[in-house]
Amino acid sequence: MSRDVAVVAFAQTKHTGEDAGLTEVELLAPVITEIKQATGLNRFGFTCSGSLDYLAGAPFSFVSALDTVGAWPPISESHVEMDGAWALYEAWARLRHGDVDTALVYGFGKSTQGSLRELMTLQLDPYYLAPLGPDQVSLAALQARAFLDAGHKEDDLRAVAARSRAAGRANPYALDLPDPADEGYEVAPLRPHDCAPITDGAAAVVLAAGDRARELSERPAWIRGIDHRIEAHSLGARDLSRSESAALAAERAGARDVEVAELHAQFSHEELMLREAIGLADGVRVNPSGGPLAANPVMATGLIRIGEAASWIHRGEARRTLGHAASGPCLQHNLVCVLEA
Amino acid sequence: MPSEPSDRSEPLVAEHVLEFPGGYTRSVGPVIGRFLTELRDGRLVGVRTASGGVLFPPAEYDADGEAVTDEYVEVGPGGTVTSWSWVSRPRATHPLDRPFAWALIRPDGADTALLHALDVGTFEPGADPPRSLRTGMRVRPSFRAERTGSIRDIACFRPDVTMITAPSRAEYRLNAGRALTRFLDGVSEGRLLGHRCDVCGKVYVPMRGLCPVDGVPTTEEVEVADTGTVTTFAVNNIPDPRAPQVPFVSAYILLDGSDISLLALVAGIDADRVRMGMRVKAAWKPREEWGRTMENIRWFEPTGEPDVPFDAIKEYL
Repeated sequence: MSRDVAVVAFAQTKHTGEDAGLTEVELLAPVITEIKQATGLNRFGFTCSGSLDYLAGAPFSFVSALDTVGAWPPISESHVEMDGAWALYEAWARLRHGDVDTALVYGFGKSTQGSLRELMTLQLDPYYLAPLGPDQVSLAALQARAFLDAGHKEDDLRAVAARSRAAGRANPYALDLPDPADEGYEVAPLRPHDCAPITDGAAAVVLAAGDRARELSERPAWIRGIDHRIEAHSLGARDLSRSESAALAAERAGARDVEVAELHAQFSHEELMLREAIGLADGVRVNPSGGPLAANPVMATGLIRIGEAASWIHRGEARRTLGHAASGPCLQHNLVCVLEA
Repeated sequence: MPSEPSDRSEPLVAEHVLEFPGGYTRSVGPVIGRFLTELRDGRLVGVRTASGGVLFPPAEYDADGEAVTDEYVEVGPGGTVTSWSWVSRPRATHPLDRPFAWALIRPDGADTALLHALDVGTFEPGADPPRSLRTGMRVRPSFRAERTGSIRDIACFRPDVTMITAPSRAEYRLNAGRALTRFLDGVSEGRLLGHRCDVCGKVYVPMRGLCPVDGVPTTEEVEVADTGTVTTFAVNNIPDPRAPQVPFVSAYILLDGSDISLLALVAGIDADRVRMGMRVKAAWKPREEWGRTMENIRWFEPTGEPDVPFDAIKEYL
């Protein structure tokens, strides 16, 4: 069974900070078309997607997204109500079975249609947390405070935001956001530039196993390790100043000696926490795409991290890279994927 | 439904609400149920874990995945803030409608913390976090009077009392005394009187009836001019009913013929142009308003004469 699996293609939308007037399906369709053309594949051994019905407020909204794939005659398909990075994990596990060779993975989300900050409250435990109505930024700021209390400076956060926004301006798929200004707090200690922007977008990845990967790509990005770990949901039961689950996932995925790391840090302090947890050396290029602080199409953001990390290998510009995805409040759940030429 | 758009390029947008009317009915189970029942009675309880710690708020399993025991432990009500964030512009979904903090609070006797709102007082929307808000601060829950068995039976947490405002007021009838009465009698006639010391020869205005340097009584009355020199001054930004405007200047003025400077207001000049050595003259109120009070002089105003060099006033500073 244990066959090598590689990312052989990656496509994403030019993400937008406002509603471009497209439905989720219309947003996704060009990306699926692009990746089919890039690989020359029209049918896949397995298809798996990640999305969030609450973003559109419609049950089973992910089902209509299958129209973009062409699901007749019936295909082998699955969905996770999570970021597309976890759909990739499922597809990777599926390809390891050995009976199919290719998998299409995609994630998409339109955050502009509702209040994302408050929608994320709906994922919280309904007994102790949700009735209080804490929004996403308020909880992230609690973790930022714990991180700062552990000996870090607000200026460190600003530096992350400034670097991410500058990198995002150089990335045609990310938003054009100005340098951090002297503005007040969004929720102290986080300022608006410390928070990933509300973004619409989609992304797709094609995985292939063994020789099929070598046929489909000149330089496949082989998945050398992939692991995800989750912590307690209750924020008060965790040490918020560090990410144990990211550290464990990184260790299990063999996150050593990477040249580039794309981290799913939706708030400035999360990047610094993840660098520590994953054990990235100072020389590692972190989020050269601008990362989530420059474009955060929810449910695709994590998958894009893996796609961006793979692209360095596809282009022949790096030998070993890392993609990370996170889920849940305050980095509760972390996935680390190590890719190699 | 929205009306037919007049311009076909305009996006067609509809309002949409996702709601379960009345809310979901959820069973809470024995562990969370015990917590909510105790909470309704105004008590905080945690549950003992297999390893001996106290999990608060209680859950069926601890963070390591171990099932908890059935021993419940009363904790708090006092607790310690382990982290916080500051909401300067609350959302409609938030429990308070004015700036407040979210806090993780570990009650005394518990090993884990609860998320709740922390009310640290009244602030303007957009205010920066107050300095009193810090990790480690001591807080207690404020329970609602009507409780139903919900995490919101606690309206919010509040800081422990570390300070009070103590009212302080006493009323007196003060006698000016012999020397000051004589001085103010002079002022009521438009004259500024002092005493010359027999020993050191210095003139004190107002007179005190003694020389504080030599410790001897003084009796020789001297009248001095209502002109003088600013020796030093302060710019005040707190309004005062006696001052013409804010900012205003209070200054020590060495009256011509006196050896000690007098505290008075300076006006008739912008605060940022007042200087040490500046020559000034008393601005008296109209004579019909005079009484036995220094308020007969509204303030001092520049005379326009050249400034006095620093060396001439330095020993009066």
